[in-house]
Amino acid sequence: MRNGRGLPAAMPAIALALLIVVAALAPTLAPYVPARQFANYPFAPPMRPHLVDDGGTWHAPFAYPVRIVDPIERRYAEDRTRRITFADDGEPWFLLGSDALGRDVLSRVLAGARLSLGIALLATLCTLIIGAAIGAAAGYLGGWVDAWLMRSADLVLVLPTIYVVLALRGALPVVMVPAQVFAALVVVLSLVGWPAAARGVRGIFLVERRSEYAEAARALGAGPWRVIGRHLLPASRGFLAVQATVLVPAFVMAEATLSYVGLGFASPTASWGAMLLDASKVRIVAEAPWLLAPAAAIFVTVFVVHAGSAGRDPHSGDHNLG
Amino acid sequence: MFLFLARRLLGAMLLVFAVASGALLLAQLAPGDYASQFGHSPAEIAAERHRLGLDRPLVERYTGWLERTLTLDFGQSFQYRRPVMDLVRERAANTALLAVCALVVATLIGIPSGVFTGSRQRGAAVRAVRGASLVLLSVPPLISSLVLLTIAARTGWLPISGMEGPRHFVVPTLALALPIAAMLERLQAQSIGDVLSKPFAIAARARGLSHARIVWRHAWRQSLGPILAVYGVVVASLFSGSFAVEMVASWPGLGQLMFNALTVRDTYLVAGCAAAGATFLAIGVLAVDVAHALADPRLEGTHGA
Repeated sequence: MRNGRGLPAAMPAIALALLIVVAALAPTLAPYVPARQFANYPFAPPMRPHLVDDGGTWHAPFAYPVRIVDPIERRYAEDRTRRITFADDGEPWFLLGSDALGRDVLSRVLAGARLSLGIALLATLCTLIIGAAIGAAAGYLGGWVDAWLMRSADLVLVLPTIYVVLALRGALPVVMVPAQVFAALVVVLSLVGWPAAARGVRGIFLVERRSEYAEAARALGAGPWRVIGRHLLPASRGFLAVQATVLVPAFVMAEATLSYVGLGFASPTASWGAMLLDASKVRIVAEAPWLLAPAAAIFVTVFVVHAGSAGRDPHSGDHNLG
Repeated sequence: MFLFLARRLLGAMLLVFAVASGALLLAQLAPGDYASQFGHSPAEIAAERHRLGLDRPLVERYTGWLERTLTLDFGQSFQYRRPVMDLVRERAANTALLAVCALVVATLIGIPSGVFTGSRQRGAAVRAVRGASLVLLSVPPLISSLVLLTIAARTGWLPISGMEGPRHFVVPTLALALPIAAMLERLQAQSIGDVLSKPFAIAARARGLSHARIVWRHAWRQSLGPILAVYGVVVASLFSGSFAVEMVASWPGLGQLMFNALTVRDTYLVAGCAAAGATFLAIGVLAVDVAHALADPRLEGTHGA
């Protein structure tokens, strides 16, 4: 994972920032409302953008409208005589095709980005805060506090993570509104994610606590909160950043897996996992492979974050959530 | 060694027990129960509850389960009306089979290609393998299995669900194995690269030993330390990965059973599955640690349970 091919080291970071911006702007960027159903367009294939029409004239990007000609075999025919854009309300332009209910896959992937990335980022933040707080307490106080906190961290670390997530999620009502699902997933993921962060922060605290600058701060009369907040926590920043690059992909996958099995966001809501569930439920992916677009979105997200943590051991503090 | 093993075994048993209790309590506390989900009349539901013992207080149900667990009786599954132990044993065997196949395949693909890419600097083949594993590293089992299933369904080369014959193993095994193979490849490449830059390897080259001989006879064995260390993580990721694969490829394994049990609130079955899962993981991690302790006796006792 060395960045040895002249690739600017900041590229993945920029790419991730871009993903987040896209997710934040999803409602603006999406060509259609994600829940909107175009009844006459089930499983419409992706419609290629064109710049030049058949006559050889240049236009702003456009597509040729399609019409279903065989509803049983779901065959579509292109009408090469007319041009449509996103502005044409009557005839949709499915850049990434449509699903069983004639909903625009692109719009839904964009909407799903908000949920999937939002959950992953928020859960990562919570995990790091919990982990840092517990690790700081263990590393700074030492003694029996340390022993007990680390023993519980070890306990959580050796649990079969995916079963714990399932059981925790299963203990909540199966049907919840999306906002509740969002909160529940963030809580569940943070509960299983913190031990790795806590152990790392504790290790750093154990070393840094005895370092000269920390001694000096104490000698100058700094209280424990100041020593922790100003000196020891900043020392763990690098570690926490690396943890974040492990946690975000793991949580994106966890949300997808949970939604896929029906314990996350349920169908009308567009999340990547829920979309994959829709795609597989009808056993239709073979005929409509564009329904795997959310899988591609998950891959891109994970890849970008992995590439961003260049040079890191691929196994350090790995999380396995699905 | 004996003390080390005894302590670890005791720790593992306590863990399994704690996980099963936790799962049972969570499933008990969850809203709704097994009896309430069928559209019967209230009287029928009450009768069903009584038959299953769901009308007794929580503490009583838990202590009853505890007592029976001590004699290895994990209770009856509500939905299958069979002992939990039998169900779990069948399904756990399927999951173990899948996991072992995937582990073997991942090792056979990952280690040699890691040695190959790590011991060479350039070349189209090296770059192709390295690129492939960078891509595969970012493919979670959920996606690898969906994509492989799509390919299988489109081409019709391979069956897409169930586990009837050897051909049914291809998709789930590959889906589970490929991301792990990629991880092993990266790690092995890094590790053998480090070893090859050590003085002894350079000296061997100076004495005129062939590249292949240095790599395979001298460097490879030395580079295995970090690889063995990562197998503990591999066991864990096999386990959680197999859940996604089981769900996508309809593999009748433990993950699927646990999921079904959870959704219908089949409480004793949930506890049994959780116990089996924890056992699996504990055995896997323990086996890795024992192998490690045998290879490097200094480690003995450093890993607390």
